[in-house]
Amino acid sequence: MREMESRMFEMESTAPRVQLNCIVNGEAVSAMVDPAMTLLNFLRKELKLFGTKEGCGEGECGACTVIMNGLAVNSCLVLAVEAGGARITTVEGLGAGGDLSILQREFMKHDALQCGFCTPGMLMSARALLDRNPDPTMEEVKEAIAGNLCRCTGYVPIVEAVLSAARLEREAGRS
Amino acid sequence: MMVDPYYRHVGRPEIRVDARDKVTGRALYVHDLELPGMLYARVLHSPHAHAEIVSIDKSAAEALPGVKAVLTGQELPYLLGLYMIDKPILARRKVRYQGESVAAVAAVDERTAEKALSLIRVEYRPLPAVLSVDEALEARVLVHEDINELDYVKGVFFPGPDSNIASWNRTIKGDLRKGFAAADLVVENELTLPQVAHVPLETHVAIAQADPYTDRVTIWTSTQSPFAVRNLVARAFGVSRRDITVMVPYVGGGFGGKAGIHLEPLAMVLSRACKGRPVKVQATREEEFNQLPVRAGMRGRVKTGVTKDGKITAMEIYFDWDGGAYADYGVNVGRAATYSGAGPYEIPNIELHSRTLYTNKVYSTAYRGFGHLETHWIVERQMDLVAQRLGMDPYEFRMKNILRDGSITISGERINAWSGRVDHCLEAVAREIGWTGYRSEAERQAAFQTGKARGKGIACLHKAPAMPTNTATAAIMQLDEEGNVRVLLGAVDMGQGVYTIMGQVAAEILDMPLEKVKVICESNTDANPYDWQTVASKYAFMGGNAVIRCAEDLLRQLKEVASRALHCPVEELTHGEEKIYHIQHRDKALTYRQLALGYAFGNGNAIGGPIIAHGHYIAEGLTNLDADGQGLPALDWTYGAHGVEIEIDVETGEIRVLKMASAFDVGKALNRKLCEGQIIGGAVQGLGSALVEGYKFTPDGRLLNPSFTDNKIPTAKDIPDQIVPILVENPQVDGPFGARGLGEHPMISVPSVVANAVYDALGINFYELPLSPERVALAIARHSDPANAGCNDPSNASAGRDNPDASGRHAASPRGETA
Ligand code: FES
Ligand code: FES
Repeated sequence: MREMESRMFEMESTAPRVQLNCIVNGEAVSAMVDPAMTLLNFLRKELKLFGTKEGCGEGECGACTVIMNGLAVNSCLVLAVEAGGARITTVEGLGAGGDLSILQREFMKHDALQCGFCTPGMLMSARALLDRNPDPTMEEVKEAIAGNLCRCTGYVPIVEAVLSAARLEREAGRS
Repeated sequence: MMVDPYYRHVGRPEIRVDARDKVTGRALYVHDLELPGMLYARVLHSPHAHAEIVSIDKSAAEALPGVKAVLTGQELPYLLGLYMIDKPILARRKVRYQGESVAAVAAVDERTAEKALSLIRVEYRPLPAVLSVDEALEARVLVHEDINELDYVKGVFFPGPDSNIASWNRTIKGDLRKGFAAADLVVENELTLPQVAHVPLETHVAIAQADPYTDRVTIWTSTQSPFAVRNLVARAFGVSRRDITVMVPYVGGGFGGKAGIHLEPLAMVLSRACKGRPVKVQATREEEFNQLPVRAGMRGRVKTGVTKDGKITAMEIYFDWDGGAYADYGVNVGRAATYSGAGPYEIPNIELHSRTLYTNKVYSTAYRGFGHLETHWIVERQMDLVAQRLGMDPYEFRMKNILRDGSITISGERINAWSGRVDHCLEAVAREIGWTGYRSEAERQAAFQTGKARGKGIACLHKAPAMPTNTATAAIMQLDEEGNVRVLLGAVDMGQGVYTIMGQVAAEILDMPLEKVKVICESNTDANPYDWQTVASKYAFMGGNAVIRCAEDLLRQLKEVASRALHCPVEELTHGEEKIYHIQHRDKALTYRQLALGYAFGNGNAIGGPIIAHGHYIAEGLTNLDADGQGLPALDWTYGAHGVEIEIDVETGEIRVLKMASAFDVGKALNRKLCEGQIIGGAVQGLGSALVEGYKFTPDGRLLNPSFTDNKIPTAKDIPDQIVPILVENPQVDGPFGARGLGEHPMISVPSVVANAVYDALGINFYELPLSPERVALAIARHSDPANAGCNDPSNASAGRDNPDASGRHAASPRGETA
């Protein structure tokens, strides 16, 4: 009996649901969401985009960084409903047409990752920086990723990868 | 980048094989796994450091819709442990640290589980807590009241009856009294360091699915130790290893904290309680700080006797580890200190005591360096402190005592010409930072006036893997019909790059393109060959040797078939470019591909069959340590040294590292880029321990900083202006291509080298970590106060005192103490 009750519980949701429309990695998404759900959980649990990671759930590590309307945000601190009408890019949206982006390739080339758990968030912070500032200084790169913790790499190769990607993107843009 | 022309793959800075998955977000970690019917667990923690559990009422939690199971220690009569069998899955009868797991809920989602936790009522009766090494040694309160009955690995660990000593390991070599009598100067100091967290970006997480009809269980876990998890789960629950499958996808950082066994047993009992539905137990960041184990705190007391010309005659060392509530790896960390705890120097007479103590704090485990960062904090500071007393350049003092060909270590091992060269490492970093000895007081004063004091420092290090004498590993290779090689290993790649390096080793021996060697990037204990566990910086060495032997076995099998197919003796066959060919008539050849699944002659007759090769490696020639810590515990020693130049803001006390040079005798770099990555990453992690990290507890034993807000780790803004990794390559003859381990070493001695540079800059010695701006600024203020002129950091005024040890016995009189 109890088993049946709780099975019913699993099927129906207790929380009220609200409509959410947004664009994720270029695709229109429309869903009913729990108003208390974070954008991070929406991406992972509802859209099954597991590239975005959770390292703390408290806005302190940057593993959950995505780009929302051009800005790098900690998706664990944003409610899904706040993303209504927004354009969101996650790590899954970085490559173009089955090809890696310059930034991703430079991360590989410079060995800017070890365990890789911080990598999606790092890439998104770096992407947001290069989108607004195609020619950053080393200090600006460090500043842009200062909210992204990495325990493995010591950051040096990440900074190098971002600077090198910036240079290559500028060259590609000119040609 | 320099590349060895002799090798096709080994040494080359190849891109890691897992890089593509990791930059596209396609790499899946246990954090990302969802299984059909999966339930989510949450855990209730003790608010007390030490308390009796009077009662637990879980009825309201159980009644909450969506809750599938609520467990407490009462239902779980299991004790776990690696060396001391001392830890329940959930606290039973009493709690031993604030943060200890008391009850667990599995529910349909995390929110429901969280809500259920709030409905559990626990009544505690607080007990006096053991919160320092001194309180632990006094033993007025026992953390484990049943210590005399606990099961443990006998002959290796030595718990003290009716005490808080989980193990007291020692090294006794030579004649201490004679050694001190021969000294012209005796220098005695006390240094300490706090608990520190590993901080893998992926917190601990495990999913278990227990078959309700049999003993079978499948566990997906973020671990460094799939086979150790299998082994320990089997032992704890009394089930067969046959019934346990451990799966490890990508691991988001380990650093020792994911060695051994952690959340897996809890996930398993919850799944059993939920009729076999998979249950995911995932630590929150707070639990990662406060429930899961840490690096132990430690107090080291060290006394060194030296002659006027700088030869060490004797050392007496007490390492007292603030090990927390359970022994876990802590006791083995303590044991490892007995054969390496005096640093890479020749010490003719020594007594070294390493006591792993139970305290009512979050318990300790392995952490990158396995105690060596801590022991080197004591001894590499001491080397400088002694040099200061001697009025000698600390470089010269180290060189006078450094281990060389023919030296005998403190455990009685003879170092030989192939053991690696710590002097080369020290030389290299000293050259790189332009070391010319301590600056003069006048130079210090002049710099101080500018507001920015500058200093340089040096420090050495050594470490060998701490592992059982019979540690083993194995590799399997299979060829497919295109002649690709699949390599199965027992190791876990948590970012250190082992799959990439093993692919390079295999491709080198087989002489084939790297793209055709596929190392399987997932561990499954039902499919992968055995490996003890991925710890101790031993896999490049041991796994590398196993992969070489495996590749040689593959070639041998190919040649056997080829010899029949080509009608020539095996002895006249050789290999290259994916072919087996005749040494003289090179057109008499068959490709790997032609032989991979068996060979068919023109008339259809077939010979051979699918080629599957294996190779294994077991540590050979190691011996157990005797009661005096004598024996051969070291598979290989990796030596290293750091040199730094720092700048200190004399107002704020902030230390900025201008340049850091770190040299390691790796024997042979198997992949230069990955080696450098280990060095840079480890150096920055070490700077965390040096400058910012450390646990803080309230007087009643609650952790004050269980979050990134108050327990910071270095960010991109905290890195040195320049890090220079230096790879010294004096080959280890029995290592793969001459290689030695490197994973842990870059962290060791980083705090020591920074503090040594702080002395050079300010003329102030520090004895406690971290060297936070507050601590440094305070010491500068006191130091420049004329009333304190000439004193060392007064916050450490206890250092150098004539300290009675635990038994109340006084160490010999400190003729040259520094306070
Ligand atoms: S998970 Fe969002 S900042 Fe850490
Ligand atoms: S690569 Fe592991 S945390 Fe950054």
